[in-house]
Amino acid sequence: MNRDNRSGSFWLLSAFFALFVIFMYGPMLVIVVLSFQGPEGGLTFPVRGLSLHWFYKLADGLGVVDIGAALKRSLGLGFAVMAFTVVLSVLAGLAFRKKLAGGNALFYVVVASLIMPSIIVSLGIGLEFRLLDTGLKKLLELLGMTDALENYGSALGLFTSALGAHLTWTLPFGLLIMFAVFNRFNPAYEEAARDLGATPWQSFRYVVLPLIAPSIVGIGMFGFTLSWDEIARTSQAIGDVNTLPLELQGLTTTVTTPSIYALGTVTTVVSFVVLGAAMSLAALLNRRKAAAGRR
Amino acid sequence: MSAPVTTPNLQSLQENREDSGAWWQAAPLSIVFVLFFLLPLVLILMVSFWNFNEYELLPDFTFKNYVTIFEGCGNTSEMCVTFKTYVSTFKFCFLVWLITLVIGFTVSYFVAFHVRSPNVQTLLFVLCTIPFWTSNVIRMISWVPLLGRNGLINQGLVGLGLVDHPVEWLLFSDFSVVLAFVHLYTMFMIVPIFNSMMRIDRSLIEAASDSGASGWQTLWNVIVPLSRTGIVIGSIFVITIVMGDFVTVGVMGGQQIASIGKIIQVQTSYIQFPLAAANAVILLTLVLMIIWGLTRLVDIRKEL
Repeated sequence: MNRDNRSGSFWLLSAFFALFVIFMYGPMLVIVVLSFQGPEGGLTFPVRGLSLHWFYKLADGLGVVDIGAALKRSLGLGFAVMAFTVVLSVLAGLAFRKKLAGGNALFYVVVASLIMPSIIVSLGIGLEFRLLDTGLKKLLELLGMTDALENYGSALGLFTSALGAHLTWTLPFGLLIMFAVFNRFNPAYEEAARDLGATPWQSFRYVVLPLIAPSIVGIGMFGFTLSWDEIARTSQAIGDVNTLPLELQGLTTTVTTPSIYALGTVTTVVSFVVLGAAMSLAALLNRRKAAAGRR
Repeated sequence: MSAPVTTPNLQSLQENREDSGAWWQAAPLSIVFVLFFLLPLVLILMVSFWNFNEYELLPDFTFKNYVTIFEGCGNTSEMCVTFKTYVSTFKFCFLVWLITLVIGFTVSYFVAFHVRSPNVQTLLFVLCTIPFWTSNVIRMISWVPLLGRNGLINQGLVGLGLVDHPVEWLLFSDFSVVLAFVHLYTMFMIVPIFNSMMRIDRSLIEAASDSGASGWQTLWNVIVPLSRTGIVIGSIFVITIVMGDFVTVGVMGGQQIASIGKIIQVQTSYIQFPLAAANAVILLTLVLMIIWGLTRLVDIRKEL
């Protein structure tokens, strides 16, 4: 391939790539712009006025939907999912480095969970918890605990079924990242630590953990953002309350003002803040690692 | 511990201890998947043979739900609802797969082979993946101001005098559904294909051109076969997502277009769990057959 021959296709492909980027970001930019319209603004162009009007409207709530409460629920669930994803993925990642009986089977289950159509997972978890409800109610009846029976609502909930549903989606990403990390991990560092008399915990805490820290931040980011935007797996597995994206999905058919764009801007900002924070933290950890390496 | 221990014994002891240690480390994750993935799947299979009335599920062993789903499908003159829905879902699946594959491959090819600086490569790759971190519903809604009846595209078309009346099929149509799928999920093609491409030994490309292969020949005979794994993994992602989707088809189809996922969702909301479960079993069987066909082409685990 000589340079002249190549430059023709290079420019063609560059143009294609540029169009793709516009295709990816253009629409998102459009709703951000439209969300800052004045009170007379509509759902489409032209942009009418400039104000925070629709954000105030949003804060007042959209119809019967309490956006603030949904936001809090989604944030709470997101952080819970993040914590579980990080801890469980790192632990399992360490386990897979040793001889693990049934490791292959576990790996295939995790991959299956990743590519399983979400509606099936969601249906299954919803079904599981409803059967659990039926069983528990029967049990309470049998034991004659009428008070408890009357007060019993459902086992379905934000931090039970919905948390589980989210983990079936985030943990595969977490574990695959751990695999990728440990496939490139040089075991010589741990051997050195062991030779110097470090206990397994010390060698993990002071040798392995600092080396994989940036990737752990990445896993945390996956955990939070995937949970923050998740709809399909949550839909049948959450019971009476709704997360922000679920409310948003319902609002698409009922809200006809730029408030919905304002909501879009807010959720996108949250995603970007988490993304930015995670990337800076990972970069910081990498720099510290490099500095420690020079010492 | 003063008793002399022979070396082999000590080693096997240590191995045993490590084994159980590994098991404990993997246990929490395994429990999550047993409770929230395997058990639910078993329950779906079980309940798909149950009976139900308006209030509750009735344990049973009946094929009634499966029979209901395929009711009237023996009729050759007109297709039954189930078949129609699957045809529609397969159509979306094929179109989205083809378009995301072409776009994903081209974008990856450009970044992997035409961008020379590794830093720029990383930057462009990250640029492609960032939208993945934002809300899917928001990304769907963001097409409304562009495609709607009074949207930017119709304004442009009418303004230029290309059409007299606004084009209606741009939004809440098959077109907008496919467009949204491509917009949302091309990333799932780009990441694995780019990953495969970055592993291709550059000397192979040089060897091909030294042997007199044209750019196209190199692309088709060297790069495409060596990117096969990425293509297969990306295809599995896109196909399984589209097969089970109900959110995108719902929002972008204006809640008017049917899909298997949507049928399952509606049946669940009417507490018709056994019917929904039977539909899920059929969907899962089809998806597994597709994946099985695709994975015969690669070993996923070697690629990480």
